[in-house]
Amino acid sequence: MNQLSERKYIIAGVIILIGLIYIFRLFYIQVIDDSYKLDARNQAFRYNTEFPVRGYIYDRNNKLLVYNEAAYDLMVLPKKIKNLDTMDFCNLVGITKDVFIRKMKKAVQAPNSPRKQSIFEKQLSPKEYASLQERLYRFPGFYVQSRTLRKYPKRIAAHMLGYIGEASKETTEKDPYYNEGDYLGISGIEKTYEKALRGKKGMHIMMVDVHNREKGSYMNGLYDTMAIPGKPLTSTIDGDLQEYAELLMQNKIGSVVAIDPSTGEILSIVTSPTYDPNLFVGRARNKNYGLLSQDSIGKPLFNRSTMASYPPGSTFKLIMALIGLHEGVLTPNTRYPCARGYPPLGGRPKCHPHPSPQDLVGAIGTSCNSYFSFVFKSVIDDKKYHDTYKAYANWRDIATSFCLGTKTGSDLANELRGNVPSIKYYDKVFGKGSWKASTVISLGIGQAEMGITPLQNANLVAIIANKGWYYTPHIVKAIGGNPNDTLLDRFKVKHNTMITDTNIYNEVIKGMARAVEGGTAGALKIEGIPYGAKTGTAQNPHGKDHSVFVCFAPLENPKIAVGILIENAGFGSTWAGPIARLMMEKYLKGKITRPDLEKRMIEGDLIHKAKPKPVETKKRP
Amino acid sequence: MRQKNAPSIFHNIDWITVLIYLVLVVAGWMNIYAAVYNEEHYIITDTSQKYGKQMIWIITALMLAFIILIIDENFYTAFAYFIFGAFLLANIAVPFLGREIKGSRSWFRFGDFGIQPAEFMKFATNIALAKFLSNQNIKIADYKNTFITLLLIGVPLLIIKGLQDETGLAIVFVAFIFTLYREGLSVNYLLLGFLAIILFILALLINNIYLFIFIISLCTIALLFIKRNRKNLFIVAAIGLVACSMVKGTSTVYEHMEPHQKVRIDVLLGRGTVDLKKEGYNVNQAKIAIGSGGFLGKGYLEGTQTKYDFVPEQDTDFIFCTVGEEWGFVGSAFVIILQITLILRIIFMSERQRSPFSRIYGYGVASVLFFHLTINIGMTIGLAPVIGIPLPFFSYGGSSLWSFTILLFIFIKLDSHRLQILR
Ligand SMILES: [Zn+2]
Repeated sequence: MNQLSERKYIIAGVIILIGLIYIFRLFYIQVIDDSYKLDARNQAFRYNTEFPVRGYIYDRNNKLLVYNEAAYDLMVLPKKIKNLDTMDFCNLVGITKDVFIRKMKKAVQAPNSPRKQSIFEKQLSPKEYASLQERLYRFPGFYVQSRTLRKYPKRIAAHMLGYIGEASKETTEKDPYYNEGDYLGISGIEKTYEKALRGKKGMHIMMVDVHNREKGSYMNGLYDTMAIPGKPLTSTIDGDLQEYAELLMQNKIGSVVAIDPSTGEILSIVTSPTYDPNLFVGRARNKNYGLLSQDSIGKPLFNRSTMASYPPGSTFKLIMALIGLHEGVLTPNTRYPCARGYPPLGGRPKCHPHPSPQDLVGAIGTSCNSYFSFVFKSVIDDKKYHDTYKAYANWRDIATSFCLGTKTGSDLANELRGNVPSIKYYDKVFGKGSWKASTVISLGIGQAEMGITPLQNANLVAIIANKGWYYTPHIVKAIGGNPNDTLLDRFKVKHNTMITDTNIYNEVIKGMARAVEGGTAGALKIEGIPYGAKTGTAQNPHGKDHSVFVCFAPLENPKIAVGILIENAGFGSTWAGPIARLMMEKYLKGKITRPDLEKRMIEGDLIHKAKPKPVETKKRP
Repeated sequence: MRQKNAPSIFHNIDWITVLIYLVLVVAGWMNIYAAVYNEEHYIITDTSQKYGKQMIWIITALMLAFIILIIDENFYTAFAYFIFGAFLLANIAVPFLGREIKGSRSWFRFGDFGIQPAEFMKFATNIALAKFLSNQNIKIADYKNTFITLLLIGVPLLIIKGLQDETGLAIVFVAFIFTLYREGLSVNYLLLGFLAIILFILALLINNIYLFIFIISLCTIALLFIKRNRKNLFIVAAIGLVACSMVKGTSTVYEHMEPHQKVRIDVLLGRGTVDLKKEGYNVNQAKIAIGSGGFLGKGYLEGTQTKYDFVPEQDTDFIFCTVGEEWGFVGSAFVIILQITLILRIIFMSERQRSPFSRIYGYGVASVLFFHLTINIGMTIGLAPVIGIPLPFFSYGGSSLWSFTILLFIFIKLDSHRLQILR
């Protein structure tokens, strides 16, 4: 008996041992191992993302440019469908069984597949959506996806505004904010100001039961976050001006940029041909994108205003004059001969007939190639530098300070640098020390390798209008109604060029004013508003010259500077000039005094092989 | 003085045991409320809900406990075999007389409430076992007595398994092994049984050929160390043969099992690909619920896994999941410690009995409680096979609560008279 009673220790030992094993096991799965907590969360929680409303975009006069429309699509993932009560489902969605079968077939067959979600029923109304959302849990494999559709009441400024699209896989991997299928800005200011426009996603943690029914929010929403709506943007664009410019530019290839020189605000920026931004909304985008990209002549998808590089041509002659005056190798009275070209090099670069020799103002007015070749040579061969390279470097530095060959730093999504050839480049082409002013003489007239975007071109005019300084051109003036948002700080920094003497500018502006008063732009006067202009051409090695026109108005306290280029349109005063003139009048006066000019511009078709009707021109620009 | 006249029925009662019992019962009730919590019927006494019903079961169980304390302690020894026989008859009758509920033939129905006689077989068997083993002339080591003992345990087991097909209720009778061990069952039997279990498991896990080779080489080695006479040779050969046929038999039985039975074994052995959405679902969900509770738990009524029905049978066999999820490690450990304390307390009380009947009965109570605890909690944390048996005093159900209450309070009654008589 005594011996047997010892067995109580063994029995108690076994009981305690089991207790300890269980307690240790519990400690392991409850405290140490986190995987069960994760599993529980995945099972019992549904994380509902609340997408914020994307910010609207307004023009400078608070007219709506972009707003949102919610759309709901009924999606299907065929693989996940189970125990489907077809009749019940058809009643809920409001379709017949035949339609159901047809739609399911479509969802399963290529290019769709049972493993791929596809749209079952597009764009439900908010009311349909509400009734569906409540009962859809009974039909696994079906769910509703809401998406924001951007709407453009004015159908303008497609390139500038850009568009939104689904986040790519690379984006979602790089930025954890985005999930596949999320929308974000792909181009234009939708892209540049994505962070401000998108707002912040909210997260609602819902508890679901084993049948996937929602049972209320977790901890009464303690861990939920509200979506923060995107901020509205106020653009610098004048919607009416933009619309008018696009109308004038229709059926022409080219670009117009208008800037308020006193602030650097872009008043309008047109790329032509353009397209209705509504075409790029929702599911139609892919189709329309394909259609637009097939247009190989007009290339409507090509954002010329910031992405096309043209030879600056005659516009650069203004800069050349400034540099000559600044370096002291040129005075307003300096006269140079012209023999239908630059005499020292046997008439190259060529020129057109005009009185010779001329002083500076005359040369600007006639856009004499010979004159500015002389000026360029005098700058590069300037004795005070003792060295062609040093002189060239100085010339190039000054050009760069006018934002040539360098990005303006605007808030437009994609911007080309343009080109002012470097010493290194010419050393490579001609050999070190084997080139001089005469080798690269056509730089003086803005040709050769020089490249400039329409935006840089307009900025150049703004600099001249301001007499030596500029604000970085920009397209947004307020974020969420706040003009002092830090994102906009960089547009409040005044940049000075290397030429700051206003007297120098006055000489050039005098020439520009002369061009309007009685020169190449004489036919384009605006009643009551004296302004400065320069017509020109940009030589196009591939065909007819591009038509170029730059101008600013009024002469005192300029309010608008315009740079316009129309491809293969010949004389600057034929097409480019009238359009710029009409735009300035529209902006400054709000009405048009030359309906004849307006009509001709609107009707002019330079794309579809129609012969352009020449505007009366006295001289070749 | 007082003892002789009218001793209070609460005299000498072990209040520690009663207190633990009450804590467990109330905690169980609260967790049943959490497990089947229903916002439309949030009143814990709402008898249309399981927690309301459980309240009725608790009240009646307390009444039962009171009655047991009133009944003379000699009643059980006097009527031991009668009680055993009566409940045995009830268990045989129930498949024929009772109404079938959800495919189960083990219930007597009385309106809204049901009674499972198999639950009460535990205390009946325990009384009979105590009565038989406490006989002065009985030595368990005798083959004949061992056989009768095994009959007392085995017959209820086979009836409940065979006639009622209630595996969980039947297998509990294995628990009396502990009682038998305490009362002198040879360790050899236990070792043999243990080895047999190991062999069964190995037969399922390892290729039989290797096991055969292993057994034969073990027998050969054994022969090198013992006296090689004809008798020993015969014994070793017989053991080898039995072992081999057990291996073969296990495999054959397994091969011929129904798929769902095979899967249940696979889940336990953790082999093959267990589909967590089907066969492994219960255990996996139980583990998720408990594991997600963390150290302090999610808070009362805040358990998502149990409240939203991810865990099956969360109010009965898987009630521990609610504890684990809502009360965390602290709560689960507390429940285990409480249960273990109760069992150890009963063993301590058993050992202080002068009467062998009381001692043996006490060990029976401890064995049954321990077996339930081990299997029930073990299965929710993946350490024991999934066998549907309730957690004592905790799980929802009248029969089990009554049965455990009767089981325990008979012992409390016996214990309160430990000093008076020598039975
Ligand atoms: Zn000339």
